[in-house]
Amino acid sequence: MDQLLQHLVNTIIMGGTYALLGIGLTLIFGIMRIVNFTHGELYAFGAYMMYFFATILGMNFFVSIAFAIAAGMLLGAIIEFLLLRPKRGADIDTTMLIMIGAWIVMQNTEHLAWGGIAKSITSPLPEAPLVIGPVSVSWLRVMVLVIALALIAASYMVINRTKLGKAMRATFQDSDTAALMGININSIYTMTFGFGSALAAAAGALLGPVFVVTPTMGDLASLKAFAIVILGGLGNITGAAIGGFILAFAEEIGAGYISSGYRDAMGFVIIIIVLLFRPTGLFAKAERVG
Amino acid sequence: MKLIASLLILAFFATVPLWLQDQYYLHTLVVTGIFMLAAMSLNLLLGFTGQLSLGHVAFFGIGAYVSALTSLGFSVTIFGMPIVHEPWPPFVGLIFGALAAGLCGYLIGKLAFRVRGAYFVIVTISFAEVVRLVSLNWVELTNGPLALPGIPPMTLGFEWSGYLTLWGKAQNYYFVLAVIVLTYVLIRRLVYSPYGRAMIALRENETLAVSVGISVTKYLVLAAVFSGALAGLAGGLYAHYIQIIDPMIFMFLNTVTMVIMVITGGKGTLAGPVVGGLIFGIAPVVLRSYVGPEVQWILYGVLMILIVFVLPEGIVPAIERWFNRGGASRSPTGRGASSGGSSGDGSALALSGSGKGNS
Repeated sequence: MDQLLQHLVNTIIMGGTYALLGIGLTLIFGIMRIVNFTHGELYAFGAYMMYFFATILGMNFFVSIAFAIAAGMLLGAIIEFLLLRPKRGADIDTTMLIMIGAWIVMQNTEHLAWGGIAKSITSPLPEAPLVIGPVSVSWLRVMVLVIALALIAASYMVINRTKLGKAMRATFQDSDTAALMGININSIYTMTFGFGSALAAAAGALLGPVFVVTPTMGDLASLKAFAIVILGGLGNITGAAIGGFILAFAEEIGAGYISSGYRDAMGFVIIIIVLLFRPTGLFAKAERVG
Repeated sequence: MKLIASLLILAFFATVPLWLQDQYYLHTLVVTGIFMLAAMSLNLLLGFTGQLSLGHVAFFGIGAYVSALTSLGFSVTIFGMPIVHEPWPPFVGLIFGALAAGLCGYLIGKLAFRVRGAYFVIVTISFAEVVRLVSLNWVELTNGPLALPGIPPMTLGFEWSGYLTLWGKAQNYYFVLAVIVLTYVLIRRLVYSPYGRAMIALRENETLAVSVGISVTKYLVLAAVFSGALAGLAGGLYAHYIQIIDPMIFMFLNTVTMVIMVITGGKGTLAGPVVGGLIFGIAPVVLRSYVGPEVQWILYGVLMILIVFVLPEGIVPAIERWFNRGGASRSPTGRGASSGGSSGDGSALALSGSGKGNS
């Protein structure tokens, strides 16, 4: 029972960052229909930027997180502007090939720039864990959860309550009509990609100090993000948030009760099961046709 | 004319071991040939049916592991039941590897073609990752990260004819060359058969193809089975040639290599994967004396993006067009003049299919 409680606490903490990854990708993959293989690299980029600002430059921990997120947003916007804008309206395979190319370039650039040795980011929070009854959790992880939840709430507000979010939703429902209504759809595309990328970078910046930072950390992150998006249904923000927690739960239970070697297999098993039984995702309303 | 050119090229490759004494270069060519074979199998799905399989390395690796384990023998316990397998000849292993990979192709095809496009891609990647994790964690069978050493080299022949074991590089070179030629002829026959035309019809305009009675699932699953089996065959060749395999064989970068070979050479053409395979099989050897592996990969990534932007059809169709500038395009396999010349993004058909993404 105590063990299960500990697993649940770990689930909630990992779930928060998974949800960030998933919301970022559901905007890009679910709404823009771009199979974005750079998502995991932006996650890695966020972690490296965190390392750069916090450990190399020695800046304040929280300021570093903000800077890492901003850097991720900028890089995402640049990718969209350079690689995707010229191919607007191309089929999904074309953009996918471009994104695979970009992914290889980014990962190997990271490898070249930072070397293959894992980097660790020191955190200013107390080492001693927070102990509540049978459960113990480090202060760093608590902070990660709090920031992740705040970012989830903020993105939810941006997408559902602001004029920018309205423009985004309008553009992806019908870009021609949106353009006729005076929305600059090119900048909406760039902003959406940047926004999604910023969330990936945020997840990286938050998990970087918890784990270590390596050039290949993005591979699994990309694939996990795809699992979350499929679980929640393409383009479904709430679905992606819940999907993040479900994936974290499945991994935690899989690692705890089956075998820790299969922790990372859980996401893929989920993808295959969901696509077999509920291809539109767990939380889909009836999909509009036409 | 085309046949004579093909035979001349083949004759040239048949003479290579006679004048190329350097064992390292010969080794490079053997590995290039094996990956070329894998690229040819990927081209069946990616080029002729238009389905991008990004887990293709799973078929390759399953072929390698099944072939290796069949010829090495193994003993495992599944649910308390011991299963012991005595070693069989490597050639039988090769066939079993191809069959196992073909069966996986069938399962993935059945599963994934219910939900296509981006989903298909993701299912194939997930499949490859699950297989990789199993190969890493099922230590009893696969030896996990410690690798599976001592795989016997390929042995050809029957009891009445005596056996030939392929120890040397040149012998392996000829064997791989023979398999490539056979595969090429087989794929060519498939593509020009009613089955192949049905696959191409599905790629070009699914709605129209279905309306004239072509069964989507049947032909796509058929392509997946065939493609998987061929990739498994390539994997088996690899295992018996290298003689040691480990879970690194399932690296996503191996799939990327195959994809780059196909799209650079020209997807949906018979010669495309051969040309692309040669380029990307030999390029690492040439580049390695100048730049490290990371820079090489960066160059490949950049090249991939450039190909999509500048030469979306690949090298082979571009050369063909250059040769046939006067004459009409007659290849039924290439994306001829009818589809607007650019692969996908320019043609009205492709736009009506996925441009808006509101399926």
